[in-house]
Amino acid sequence: MFNETVLKEIEDIRAKYPDRRSALLPSLYIAQREFGWLSHEAMQFVARTLNLPEAEVRGTASFYAMFRHKPVGRNLIQLCTNVSCMILGSEALLGFLNKRYGVEPGGTSGDGRFSLVIMECIGACGTAPAMLVNTDFYDNLTEQRIEEILEKYK
Amino acid sequence: MEKILLKNIDNPNSADINEYIKVGGYGSLSKALNMQPKEILEEVKKSGLRGRGGAGFPTGMKWSFAIADPTFPKYLLCNADEGEPGTFKDRPILEKNPHLLIEGMAISGYVLGSESGYVYLRGEYPYAKDVLNKAIKQAHEKNYLGDNILGKGIRFHLAVYQGAGAYICGEETALIESIEGRKGQPRNKPPFPVNAGAWGLPTIVNNVETLSNLPYIVEAGGEAYSKTGNKDSSGPKLFCVSGCVNNPGVFELPMGTSLRDIIYKHAGGIKDGKKLKAVIPGGLSAPVLPVDSIDCAMDFVSMSKAGSMLGSGAVIVMDESVCMVRVTHRAIKFFEHESCGKCVPCREGTEWLRKILERIENGNGREGDIELLSEVAGNISGKTFCPLGDGAAGVVMGMLKHFRNEFEEHVKERKCIFS
Repeated sequence: MFNETVLKEIEDIRAKYPDRRSALLPSLYIAQREFGWLSHEAMQFVARTLNLPEAEVRGTASFYAMFRHKPVGRNLIQLCTNVSCMILGSEALLGFLNKRYGVEPGGTSGDGRFSLVIMECIGACGTAPAMLVNTDFYDNLTEQRIEEILEKYK
Repeated sequence: MEKILLKNIDNPNSADINEYIKVGGYGSLSKALNMQPKEILEEVKKSGLRGRGGAGFPTGMKWSFAIADPTFPKYLLCNADEGEPGTFKDRPILEKNPHLLIEGMAISGYVLGSESGYVYLRGEYPYAKDVLNKAIKQAHEKNYLGDNILGKGIRFHLAVYQGAGAYICGEETALIESIEGRKGQPRNKPPFPVNAGAWGLPTIVNNVETLSNLPYIVEAGGEAYSKTGNKDSSGPKLFCVSGCVNNPGVFELPMGTSLRDIIYKHAGGIKDGKKLKAVIPGGLSAPVLPVDSIDCAMDFVSMSKAGSMLGSGAVIVMDESVCMVRVTHRAIKFFEHESCGKCVPCREGTEWLRKILERIENGNGREGDIELLSEVAGNISGKTFCPLGDGAAGVVMGMLKHFRNEFEEHVKERKCIFS
């Protein structure tokens, strides 16, 4: 089960809303932070903490693209390939990521260093192509720039 | 033009409350609390302000409906789920001018008789979340939010709710479902959110940019505000330009600025000396426009007349080297991914469209595929709960209307003619 600190954190979130169910998305984020991904066990904890049916928790969690349902690598690359990024070459960067780091969309590199997810517009169209690495934001991407950026993420 | 929305953002500390106060920030809230809520409502009506999220509904009218409902409490939700591809206009407000939004929401809460507001922020903006949370804390400390705002006995609390990567949650009833802790699937209307929204209570959902106009409207008055822009679409508008231009970015310009001026005067024209081919003028859901339409004014009425829409004011510029089939395919892949699955025509139709577009782009297009695209799009349009399906259908119809020849050539040549 969640530790006392996490339970207190969820309790504080619940207090901000008229109904406890509103704490579901924030609690899923917390579970993801604690476990790295939303395992069956993690979702059970959320269900128990909020007194919601497990099926409802799973159903809601699986609707949203940013909740992860399998383990991810130590660092998560979220690359945008929507139209503005595509026009400026983001699809070629996918090929580069695969060649250089051995990571494919939806997958994790063999050494567990990177997982890659394709994003549907991250609101950086004016400085495309763009990506998030964990929660850090990078834009004006080129192959060389990606290589420099990812040096920081081991 | 005096900047209202992007005022002071060149100051590297613009997100700090003291910097905001230095340039007159929170003066409008103070002024507002010395006015009657209905006086402010009149100013909002006079201003002609229309929603900046895409639909363009008159803000004063939406507010009147909510005010007319005697049910209490009421909730004010700020739609910061900026997910329309090509759109990045709310981001500078959220990241660099958060107190403008907070002040706008505190004023709106007072007018609407709401004591609780929430900012529904997209999950893809983690930095904005930190900035907003810090700004809300500062506003509480200075008594611009809380139980007794500026000692006037007015109560308004604000919290950030983080979305988790679902475009559909930008639709107001899906947003409400999401903040209630559910899948973001749109609700049937009526009842409208102004009568039965979040937690079954009257709820006003307004876009970040819409709410950020409030401090100026209170400060200068609705009439002064309406002097910018034109008769049907007043005020300043944030236009965000991306794609094949020299100087992409967010520009605060009067409503009704021509598409040509936005592209050539403000965004620096087309990159690498290439020729302009097409523009998506209002975010990915807005039907594409060909070159001969760019003298059109960017406002709600003119864009609709031109066969597209102002939408979020997100201008995606494409030059002669961009393949329209590829753009259409990528756009539909997006809609397929983001369809919430509630309505069959959208859920199944977007998948069909994507498959047909994929084979055309890959050189496997069949005779009759173009007609089939039209037919499938026609079977989505107008047959779904929310506008997501209409958006997908509109993209295909717009592309076929203006660039049908490219689709035909792909089928005839059995390959992408741009590769």
